[in-house]
Amino acid sequence: MRTTVLIIGGGVTGAGLARDLALRGVACVLVDKQDVNAGASGGNHGLLHSGARYVGSDPLAARECREEGEILRRIAPHCVEDTGGLFVAVSGDDEAYVADFPDLCAKSGIAASRLDAKTARDMEPALSDRLIAAYAVADASVDPFKLSLDNIGQAMAHGARFLPWTQVVGFRLNAGRIRAATLRDAANGREYELEVSLVINAAGAWAGRVAALAGPHVDLVFSKGTLLVTQSRITDRVINRLRPATDADILVPGGTVSILGTTSVRIPDPDDCRPTIAEVDQIIDEGAAMVPELNATRYIRAYSGVRPLFGKTSAGSGDRAVSRGFALLDHARDGVENFVTITGGKLTTYRLMAEKAADLVCAKLGVDAPCLTATTVMPPYAGGRWTEPGLAPKKWLKATDPTDAILCECEMVSKSVVDDIVRTMPAASPGTTLLSIGLRSRIGKGPCQGGFCSLRVAAHLYDTEVVRGDQGLCEIRRFLDERWRGVHPILFDFPLMQAEFQEAVHCGLFGLELVPGDETWKEDA
Amino acid sequence: MTAPTPPRHDVDLLVIGTGLAGMAAAAMAIRRGLSVALAGAPGESLFASGLLDLLAVHPIKDRRLWDDPFAALTALAADEPDHPYAKLSRPDIEAAFAAFTAFLGEIGLDYHGHDGKNAMVLTPVGTVKHTYRVPAGMWAADHGIRRTPPALIVDFEGFKGFSSAQIAQTAGVFWPGLAHVRLPFPGGRPALYPEPMALALESQKNREELARALSPHLRGREMVGFPAVLGIYRTRETLAALTGLLGMPVFEIPTIPPAVTGLRMKAAFEEAMVRMGVATFFQKLVLGVRAESGGFACDVGWNAPEAEVRARGAILATGRFFGKGLVPHRKGVIESVFGLPVVQPASRSAWHGEHMFDPAGHGINRAGLATDSRFRPLGSDGQAAFDSLYAVGSILAGHDWTRQKCGAGLALATSYAAVEDFAGRR
Repeated sequence: MRTTVLIIGGGVTGAGLARDLALRGVACVLVDKQDVNAGASGGNHGLLHSGARYVGSDPLAARECREEGEILRRIAPHCVEDTGGLFVAVSGDDEAYVADFPDLCAKSGIAASRLDAKTARDMEPALSDRLIAAYAVADASVDPFKLSLDNIGQAMAHGARFLPWTQVVGFRLNAGRIRAATLRDAANGREYELEVSLVINAAGAWAGRVAALAGPHVDLVFSKGTLLVTQSRITDRVINRLRPATDADILVPGGTVSILGTTSVRIPDPDDCRPTIAEVDQIIDEGAAMVPELNATRYIRAYSGVRPLFGKTSAGSGDRAVSRGFALLDHARDGVENFVTITGGKLTTYRLMAEKAADLVCAKLGVDAPCLTATTVMPPYAGGRWTEPGLAPKKWLKATDPTDAILCECEMVSKSVVDDIVRTMPAASPGTTLLSIGLRSRIGKGPCQGGFCSLRVAAHLYDTEVVRGDQGLCEIRRFLDERWRGVHPILFDFPLMQAEFQEAVHCGLFGLELVPGDETWKEDA
Repeated sequence: MTAPTPPRHDVDLLVIGTGLAGMAAAAMAIRRGLSVALAGAPGESLFASGLLDLLAVHPIKDRRLWDDPFAALTALAADEPDHPYAKLSRPDIEAAFAAFTAFLGEIGLDYHGHDGKNAMVLTPVGTVKHTYRVPAGMWAADHGIRRTPPALIVDFEGFKGFSSAQIAQTAGVFWPGLAHVRLPFPGGRPALYPEPMALALESQKNREELARALSPHLRGREMVGFPAVLGIYRTRETLAALTGLLGMPVFEIPTIPPAVTGLRMKAAFEEAMVRMGVATFFQKLVLGVRAESGGFACDVGWNAPEAEVRARGAILATGRFFGKGLVPHRKGVIESVFGLPVVQPASRSAWHGEHMFDPAGHGINRAGLATDSRFRPLGSDGQAAFDSLYAVGSILAGHDWTRQKCGAGLALATSYAAVEDFAGRR
């Protein structure tokens, strides 16, 4: 096999790179050792920053956010819910920061209009009655899965290939150039070579490991951010705490839910990234100062993302001080001519990161084609549309087909939607089919967190001969264990009752904990 | 205007909870000639598979399966002295199973099993479940799994979450001769939910239609497996008639709960309780309890008291979190009726492990009520909280019933022991 550019990492940066290169006519293959958005791209608020968050700490990042937000609204309006946002301070918050905020916004060209407390609370009744200041800004929410899938979809329409569950395990170098990459298929462990002209490492938090396979050292620190999903949508707009960035100061609406976070905790290993009970308790306590009902609301799950931050921080300073900007590294300086790493950055500026990286790649390849990603509309991709809350039920209600049974009753996802996802997704490896379907739909994301729908979808996959042998046991186990990761730290009140019921069914009746043979879920986690 | 005084009921024993443990306690108390009042919300029985486990796995972290549950009990009692089973003798446990299955037989639900040996049934994901006493409808599966004759698994168009293809594929690993077929549900109406399907199969006309549709698929087959929808109220007749029509053994495979298997028990049990003169308060809760000399006075109702029950003794069979006997707040677990102390891990970080299917189980599963050797729950001073209050079933501390496969056995055996103790004090 051969391609011009190998892109490593199926997060939003890698997906954006595939689109960028494909639109410039450069052949590329995108690989990920898991599936779309397995790292930081899948573990964030889904917040399209107005830039106001960064006016105090990083004016350049603030300006980039504003510009990229505007571009994304033009090229992919279907990925964006233009909610607007508020910055709010409550009594006790730093009044000097509050006073400086409008000037800082103006300096970065970011619109922020002052609201009195009553107006702000009329707009968002869930806000605390201890409000002392409020500003309206142009924040929005974005569906990160749809965004990555749509980028990949347009890239594939222009000839790019996407290989999920494909890990790069080595490079063959000769005379200071990578000649080929060794790829391992997660399904069967088979390894094969892909000959390449150039490699882009967009592996996010894993970029250091990928770079080391070719020799260069990339200095990253890992910052874990934990977030909570509420069962219902608490505010219409993004709510930011008007204070220097710290834990649990953003509440982002996303479809029918709200997302509260985040923390920032240094971790030694990006693979060891799980939300903890202590973080969940801290997020709830802090968030409730801004929006009091966060103390009493029901939570659906917690999740964590790992931010790759470039460059070591000095001892004692927090990770928020490390640049949230991105790093583009030309490894020619390390003696590998055709190898580039792009890491760090933010969801909001992913397109700009891809553009800068693709510019460098094209210069190295001698390709003289302009970047088209800021001006070319990105159409919705068929394989990415089912992540949208409410779309599957809408389709089902409209079709009124009595044979099209609902498999996921929480989010109303029917057989035909599952069939459509199976048809459009890349071939999953045995044991990951349910995970891949979950990633591309709302299945498992409702209050039951997969307890029932995992069984119904698995049964349907057998009926349609997508799954064979005793693979289904492994599929159900992996899917539920992946959901468990998120419910584990919020197992009190109703979610614990639900979890107990799930154990009664999946362990008590089915004995899935006794199934021998498949222990790979442990290593994957 | 003053509210009318709620009617008062004087009984020997109040059973709180209508899950399997509450059912067993009421049945055992009637058997001992006690007058009984019974109160509780629908209960976990609605979600029951109908299988009566005794003990199948120990130690859970080794995933060791036992053929002989009593040998497993001996090992368990030695390793886990705080397990409720460690307070019980083999004759007590055998007597509890015998009494309860006899009671179930009297109310139309026949059970089978091997003497001193676990039985095996097939689950809807194609695994084998090891259990002790099996409803008549599922019993043929035990023979099937042991001898693996050529068999046919049937499912129905439109009945989601139950795939005969899945069972044939998954169970095919140990039972290679499994064929599968999907049929339209008889009676001309689509099959969607198990309850109407089970009712429809209580009609001979529908069973004949099903047998006709099946006959081309039976060549060379020696038994037939169905989802557990072979009747609700007339399971004996339904099973016998279908076996006769097909000319071969028939077995049921449990379906995803809530299922007909739970409904069968609940329906037969509730009817029997009323018939046997129990003061029943189904869909009601115990709203308040006053300990009085010689027993308890309880307000029973939904939002407001609708009756007062005065009882010499009470059995707490309210279950765990799903049954609402235990309430798990962010800061700790409380017991919902009496506010009894709950044995529990020191903090939430020790409640659960990082993997759902952790073979070691989760710490919170062993939380619950500690009791004395007579199953009287302990107060904060370490002594029985009340002279004549008993706690039975899953609310007890020290077990992990979903992994040990001992939920039904705990319910039956602790209810038996509590009732024997209470009855013996008269």
